[in-house]
This record gives sequence, structure tokens and C-alpha cells, in this order.
Amino acid sequence: MLVIEPTFEVARYGRWAVMRVSGEIDMATAPKLRQQIQNVTSRNPDGLVLDLEGVEFIDSTGLGVMVGAAKRMRVADGSLRIVSSQAHLSELFSLTRLDEVFDLFETLDDALEDVPAGGAA
Amino acid sequence: MSDVEIEIPPTFDHLAMVRSVLSHALAAENVLKQERVQDLRLAVSEATTNAIEAHRDNGLDDAIRIRVAIDDHSVVVVIVDQGPGFDPAQLKPHPPVTDPERLEYERGLGVTLMRRLTDECDIDSSSQGTTVTLRMFR
Repeated sequence: MLVIEPTFEVARYGRWAVMRVSGEIDMATAPKLRQQIQNVTSRNPDGLVLDLEGVEFIDSTGLGVMVGAAKRMRVADGSLRIVSSQAHLSELFSLTRLDEVFDLFETLDDALEDVPAGGAA
Repeated sequence: MSDVEIEIPPTFDHLAMVRSVLSHALAAENVLKQERVQDLRLAVSEATTNAIEAHRDNGLDDAIRIRVAIDDHSVVVVIVDQGPGFDPAQLKPHPPVTDPERLEYERGLGVTLMRRLTDECDIDSSSQGTTVTLRMFR
């Protein structure tokens, strides 16, 4: 099969978590993204950064998982930030008006700029 | 100029293959700009996802049919399922993005994307099945 399986790398940055997502996110693979996000958010970080620079494809299911992540973080009084400089993703966020829901950043450095590096999550 | 027709079982594992076949068909003809190829790939993936879901949710094992037709003027992709159909006019809009309730809606953006990303999107649905026709002009 021609599926580019998504990969997820999770790192800790102070009391925040950073998840680098790569590959293709669609109805077949979105459950894996959802599960990974649940694993990370269950540790109650102050914030979660989803770095989508390595994502080659994402559909409405993947966007929906991110809406779920935003809700999960909001309920826990945390923050969700999304990193993507890809024009196609920016277009998608704009078309769906999710650019008004998500905190979007061009680079991971930008997303972490005001996040203290110290402190255990 | 050329047609490609594929049939897939109603499983989501085949979505990536559909996108790949479409990309290859379009690359061979060099028919659309890259960003429009990406738009069409996503629209086709959304339509195929809905078709697979229509079969799965109703216990149908029948194949989903996808046809890509390229001519001098446009690329047309037709996605056909035998599901119970739906009324696109009855799809409920999401709450406004400023409403906290918006975060309660994880699904339901597929048809919006199909319409916004293509030059023409026609959904012909009845109790016998649904045919989605997506067109991009060259």
C-alpha cells in the first residue's frame, strides 16, 4: 500500500509539550494522531505545540482532530499552538476559518518564544 | 485525452492509494499547477472518504468507483457509491468560529472543502447512491 504512515515525535519544553507530526493524516491515520494527542494531554502540560511542518497531507478529519485538541486544552486551561509555514495548510485553515480558532505560528521558535524553558511538565 | 478508472474496497486504508493514482495521472499529463493538484487531491480524498463511510455505515461491501477524465479543457473526477444518499442542502452549518461551541464540531468540513477547493462540485444523491463530480479547469 502507498500509505505514508504518520510519525509523531514528542518532546518536553518546560511545562509544555511539543509534538512533531509528519506523513499523511486522513480518515485512516487520524485516529493515531488523536490517540497521540490524548496521551500527551493526559499528562496535563500547560500547553501543546503541534508542529505540522512535516505533514504532507491533511484532510478534514485531521483538522477535526486538531479542533478536538484545542477543546481538550481549553477545558484544561491550557493552550494549543500550531506550527505550519506550508501555504497549502494556511489555505486550508483560512478556507475553514479555523485560522480564527487556532493560534498559528510560522516556526517552532515563534510558537515557543514566550514559553519558559524551565520547570518539569 | 485520457481516462483512469479505479475501484476500491470500502476501507479507509485505500484513501492514500486513490490520492496517489490521481497524482500520477495528473503528473503524467502535467495538466494543473501544483497547488491546484493539491486542492483536487484533497477534494477527491474528502469525497472518497464520504463514499467509503456511506458503505461501511450501511454494511455494504461493494466497491467505490473513481474515474479521472482529462481533456484539453478540464480535469473531472467522479466518485460513485451505492450508499443510502444524503441531502447536501440539509448539512448543518458549524457555529461561528467566535462561538466556543465551535470546538464541539470535529466533523462536517468535508463537503465545504470539496466545494471551496474545486472549480465545480456537483453532488447527485438519491437512495440508490451518490455521485460526486469534481471539476478543475486547466
